[in-house]
Amino acid sequence: MDSALIPKGVKRCSIGQFALFMGFFGAIALWGVYAMLLCWLKGLNQTNMNDYYGFALWIWADLAVIALGGGAFFSGFLKYIVGKDELKNIINYAVLIGFICYSSALLILAIDIGQPLRGWFIFWHANVHSMLTEVAFCLSCYFGVLTIEYIPLILENRQADKVPFFHKLSHNMHENMAIFAATGAFLSFFHQGSLGGVSGVLFGRPFGYREGLFIWPWTFFLYTWSAAAYGPCFTVLVTKITEKVTGKKLVKDNVIELLLKISGWMLFTYIIAKIIDTWYWASVTAPAAGFSLIDFYSNNPFYGIWILLLEIVIGGIVPALILITEKGRKNKFAMALAIILAVIGVCINRWVMVLQVMAVPVMTFDSWVMYFPSWQEIATTILPVAYGVLLIGISYRYLPIFPQEIELNPIEEDTVADKDAEGDVVVGENLVEATEEG
Amino acid sequence: MKKEHKHVKSNKKYGMVIDLDKCTGCGACMVSCMAENNVPFKADESNKLDSITWMRVYKLTNDKPYPDTEICYLPRPCQHCEGQHEGHSPCVSVCPATATDYSMETGIVSQIYTRCFGCRYCMAACPYHARYFNWWDPVWPEGMEESLNPDVSVRMRGIVEKCSFCFHRYQRAMEKAHFEDRHELEENEYQTACTQACPSGAITFGDLNNESHAVYKLKKNPNAFRLLERLGTNPKIYYVSSREWVRLAGDNYRPDEKMTAKHKPAKHAPAKQH
Repeated sequence: MDSALIPKGVKRCSIGQFALFMGFFGAIALWGVYAMLLCWLKGLNQTNMNDYYGFALWIWADLAVIALGGGAFFSGFLKYIVGKDELKNIINYAVLIGFICYSSALLILAIDIGQPLRGWFIFWHANVHSMLTEVAFCLSCYFGVLTIEYIPLILENRQADKVPFFHKLSHNMHENMAIFAATGAFLSFFHQGSLGGVSGVLFGRPFGYREGLFIWPWTFFLYTWSAAAYGPCFTVLVTKITEKVTGKKLVKDNVIELLLKISGWMLFTYIIAKIIDTWYWASVTAPAAGFSLIDFYSNNPFYGIWILLLEIVIGGIVPALILITEKGRKNKFAMALAIILAVIGVCINRWVMVLQVMAVPVMTFDSWVMYFPSWQEIATTILPVAYGVLLIGISYRYLPIFPQEIELNPIEEDTVADKDAEGDVVVGENLVEATEEG
Repeated sequence: MKKEHKHVKSNKKYGMVIDLDKCTGCGACMVSCMAENNVPFKADESNKLDSITWMRVYKLTNDKPYPDTEICYLPRPCQHCEGQHEGHSPCVSVCPATATDYSMETGIVSQIYTRCFGCRYCMAACPYHARYFNWWDPVWPEGMEESLNPDVSVRMRGIVEKCSFCFHRYQRAMEKAHFEDRHELEENEYQTACTQACPSGAITFGDLNNESHAVYKLKKNPNAFRLLERLGTNPKIYYVSSREWVRLAGDNYRPDEKMTAKHKPAKHAPAKQH
């Protein structure tokens, strides 16, 4: 039925199967949309946030998806600026994942603010000293860049590409993509950093506060570094999940290994920096405010020293050590373990820098406050996941996301011809066009 | 508007000195604050984590068994922090929409309700939990709208609010002074509602820089301290207590620092609202 839209030379599941898949995740997305509407119409009383937890699950989700979406800017930086050409085989998918992550982050922010209709005030009445202002500006601009990077991909759809204007536009956009990639990398360095600065500048909150360089706390640099390190791990993780679901190999191992090798070394250097930062904070910054390290990890039912170890050792050192060794990268189990642990590691880092900052009592007569999100918060946090799956599903089916797919999954000519004959496209026309292009 | 503020030459710095030895924990300051500032309330106020109390009275204990048990009530309004350089309050510096501002004229940290879009970053920044979010639209019992203070705007759902040092009273007093061709206020011309309501006279309010104001002398009391001074928030609320454990409870100390103290502060004792 939709075979005319499916890229040439690839095989896709039946429309029925696809509809079932989309229906399932569409239903989850609708559940999220319902919760989102409740929050917008009834207000944030629909959440379990309170005056101690002004920042909660959503801000964590925001920070986490932006870190995980960091694969887009860093892969773009590596391909277009550093010149790692092999990464062209995964860059489309990295851009798509980045696009999903950043659009999700913007949506979550729109749900999170108490007066969504006043959201534009952040641009209009901008306080240039606020990290959140920098986040808003860079995030919006980078989302624009990601959209520009995603558009040529959409225009490569078999039918859209037949329109000469779209074909040329897509071609020219590809030609100039290095400029957008460089702009994206520049913007990302700033907004990833300013997201780190969100908690780092809170000098009233000793758990989050960090000293730094000029106006930038150390978390500013650590967040950029960690996004560049962990983001590609998430890109690979989603690629591997996609391969599992589709039952096909979509990207060659050498591409994955190259990305993971760079990611591994970034992770290795990041975790050293993170350990130094943690040591300095625990031995100098926090004690200057009257706190010992153990104050942040005791007298409460949840936040123990285990969370620090989970973040740094299990979610940092272990994946770094696996990924910097060739043996580790080539071993399927070790590699899968490393990328899963890395994703957990960065999510834990963002969690503690949001939720634990809120949980730690600062006044001596105050106490730890725990928090569990309401179903509306959970549903609206799952919404971006469902939306991401839907967009990946549509993009994978109709767009040539993986340039190596045809080579890795050759199909017999008859099958292609049969498929095309079922659709409303004249096979001959396509072949002529293909010959001309060739 | 901001530029104008910067050009204002004024040495006023309004603040409070609260004598904790005098505070009985009666809660009159909280009640008067709510009535004066049209602070909304819920039908069920038992969950203190989402109820609004600009002025909140904490109950501190020295954690000692009977008969050495002692308690202290500590009223906590917004601390109107000055930060390490004027205007660098924890909250003002982070607000992305300039919806909270530090007045160079009075030293008061304001909240611009019509500009706040409810991101709650200021709440995350405030270590005193002095900022409150309007999780609901205000609902007043029938007829109560008639008794709302016309000088204070009511706030809508989705924005942050906090103690303003009854700024509308300052504005009213200044209007009167200008009308009478004066540029300065007498000490008693501008007083906050909580100060006037306190039956034991525990709260004293005035210009911390003005030698003729009582707070100027009171803040120099050797038993005076401020909450969380070590963080560098530089608050304008001073507390006075003759009891060392109370003074020590005002800030955090590491175990090795506590060794030098005669009495341990009541660290992480459960907070109770009176």
